[in-house]
Amino acid sequence: MWLQDRRPSTVWRQQVHAALVIAKKDAMIYYLKAPVFTFGLIFPVFFFLAFAVGRAVPAHSLVPGMLAMALFFTASAVGPLITPWERQARTWERLVTSPASLESILLGDLIAAAGFGTAVFLLPLILGVTATSARIAAPVELVLGLLMGSIAFAALGVLLAARATDTPSEVMMLSNLVRLPLIFVSGVFVPLAEMGSWGRWIAPLSPLSYCADLLRGALGEAQFFPTWVSVVALAAFTAGFFALARLLHARQRRRA
Amino acid sequence: MAEPTGAIEARKLTRRYGDLTAVDRVSFAVRPGEIFGFLGPNGAGKSTTVRMLTGYVSPTEGTALLDGHDIVTDALAARRRLGVVPEEGNVYVDLTVWQNLMLMAELHGVPRSRRTRYGDELLTRFGLSDRRASKGRTLSKGLRQRLMLCMALVGSPAIIFLDEPTSGLDVASARLIRETVARMNREDGLTVFLTTHNLEEANQLCHRVAIINRGQIAAVDTPQALRGAIEARRSVEVTFLEPPDERPKVADRAATVESFAGGTGFRIYGREPGPAAQEIAAWATARGLRIESICTRAPSLEDVFLHLTATPPVPGGQPADAPR
Repeated sequence: MWLQDRRPSTVWRQQVHAALVIAKKDAMIYYLKAPVFTFGLIFPVFFFLAFAVGRAVPAHSLVPGMLAMALFFTASAVGPLITPWERQARTWERLVTSPASLESILLGDLIAAAGFGTAVFLLPLILGVTATSARIAAPVELVLGLLMGSIAFAALGVLLAARATDTPSEVMMLSNLVRLPLIFVSGVFVPLAEMGSWGRWIAPLSPLSYCADLLRGALGEAQFFPTWVSVVALAAFTAGFFALARLLHARQRRRA
Repeated sequence: MAEPTGAIEARKLTRRYGDLTAVDRVSFAVRPGEIFGFLGPNGAGKSTTVRMLTGYVSPTEGTALLDGHDIVTDALAARRRLGVVPEEGNVYVDLTVWQNLMLMAELHGVPRSRRTRYGDELLTRFGLSDRRASKGRTLSKGLRQRLMLCMALVGSPAIIFLDEPTSGLDVASARLIRETVARMNREDGLTVFLTTHNLEEANQLCHRVAIINRGQIAAVDTPQALRGAIEARRSVEVTFLEPPDERPKVADRAATVESFAGGTGFRIYGREPGPAAQEIAAWATARGLRIESICTRAPSLEDVFLHLTATPPVPGGQPADAPR
C-alpha cells in the first residue's frame, strides 16, 4: 500500500491528500447546507444596507467594506464550531487516531473554510459592481485580497476551534467576542486613512484591516498599506493562527 | 531500545492526571495474529491504555510499539497499521454508510481502484449492502457497530482495536461480529486487541487475556491457565427440586457455599469438587431431598477476574497472586 512508502516526499503527499479528504468531508457535512449559504449571503448584504440606507455616503465606497466583511464572516463562521461538534459526536477521536496528522486535520478544516468564503464572496462582489458604480480597477489586488484574506480568516476559525471544549455554544460566544470588535477597528466602515490616530494604531493588529485595504485598492480606492505589506501581514497572521492552533491541540493531548 | 517482540508491545506505559495515576507502568506484548483480551473493572485504566495505544492520548511516561513503530516518536507510521472501533459509536451521522466507509478508505490511502471493491466486500460481509445510501443517523446501534467495524477494516489494518464491540447489541449482531473477527484472525492473521466486560466472549475468542486493576496489570495468560491457577474457585453446583431447610455441608472446612435460584441451588467452592459432590449426594439422600442436577465446575474467567480484581495491586507493579 502506498502508505508503506516512508520517503519524505511521499509522506508530504499523503498528508496533503489527507487534508484534502478532510476538507471534502467538512464541505459535505458543514458547508454544503442551505442555511449556511443563506447566512453567508444575507448577512453582509444586510450589513451593507444598514450602513448605506439613509446615509450621505456614496454606495460604491461601502462596497469594499461589505466585501471584506462578507469574506471575514463566511470564512470564519463555521470553522470554530467544527472541532467542538466533532468532539461532542466523538468523531474527533476517529480523525486523531487515523493516519492523518494533526496538521493535516487542521489544514483540511482551513481549506474547507477558505473555499467556502471564496465561493460565497462572488455574490456580494457581483451585487457590488452591478448595483453600484463600483468597478474592479486592480484585479491582482482583488485576487490577493480574496485568497489571502479567506485563508487568514479560515486560520482564525481553526484557532478559535482549538479551545478544549465539546460545547459549540462556548466557542460561538468566544468567536463573536473576537470577530465583532474586529470589524469596527479594521477600516471596514471607515477607511484607515480617515480613522483617528487610535484607530490607526489598533487597525494593523487585525487581519481584516489588510484584507479590506487590498479590496479598496481592487475597486480603485486609495490603499493605506502597500500591497506587499498587506500580503505579508496576512501570510504572517495565517502562519501565526495555525501555529497557535497546533500548539493548543498538542497541549490538550498531553492533558487529555 | 530492545527489538520489538510483538504486534503490540507496551513498555512501562504510564498516564497521570495530576496526582492520579490512571495507568501505572503497564507492560505487555501481543503476538502477531493473536486475539488478546484486555479486561478490568470500571476505572481500572482499560480505556486510558487503549487511548494511548491508538494515539488519542499521549503517555506521561513509557511508550508502545505497534508493528514495530513507536507511538510517541513515529506516531503516523504506527497509526497506519491500525483499525479502531471505539466503545461509543462515532460514525458521521450526516454522511451515508458508503460515504463514511470511503472517508476512512481515503484517509488510509486505499487506492481508488481498490477501495470500491473493498467497500463492497465489507458491506456484503456485514449485511449492510442494502443500507449503503442510508445516513448514519438512521442506523440502529447494531448496524452502526457493523459500520464502524467496516470502517476499521477498510484500510486493511494489521492490528484492530475493539473496545466493547458487542456491548448493547442483539444476539444476532453480536454473534456476527464475533464470528467475523474470529474468521479474519484465522484467515488473514489479523491481530485483535479486544476490551470487553463480557467474560464469556473473552473466554471464547481470546488466545490470551490481560487483567488490569487500578492501573496495573494483575495477570496475563491464556484463559485456561488463568482458570487453572484459581484452584480454590473450583466448585460443585447442585439444584434440588425443593429448597432444603439448611445449606449442604461438606468435610472441607475451607469450602464456601453460595445459593442461587431462590434457594433451590447451591454452589460449593473448594479444592476437591469430586469428593464434595459425593458428600452432597450422601447428605441429600440422608435428608430425603431429591436432587434435580449436580455437576462440578472449573473456575470461570469471571471467577478469575473477580478474584484478581478484589486483590489490591502490589506497589512496584508486580501482580499479586498472578499465575506463575
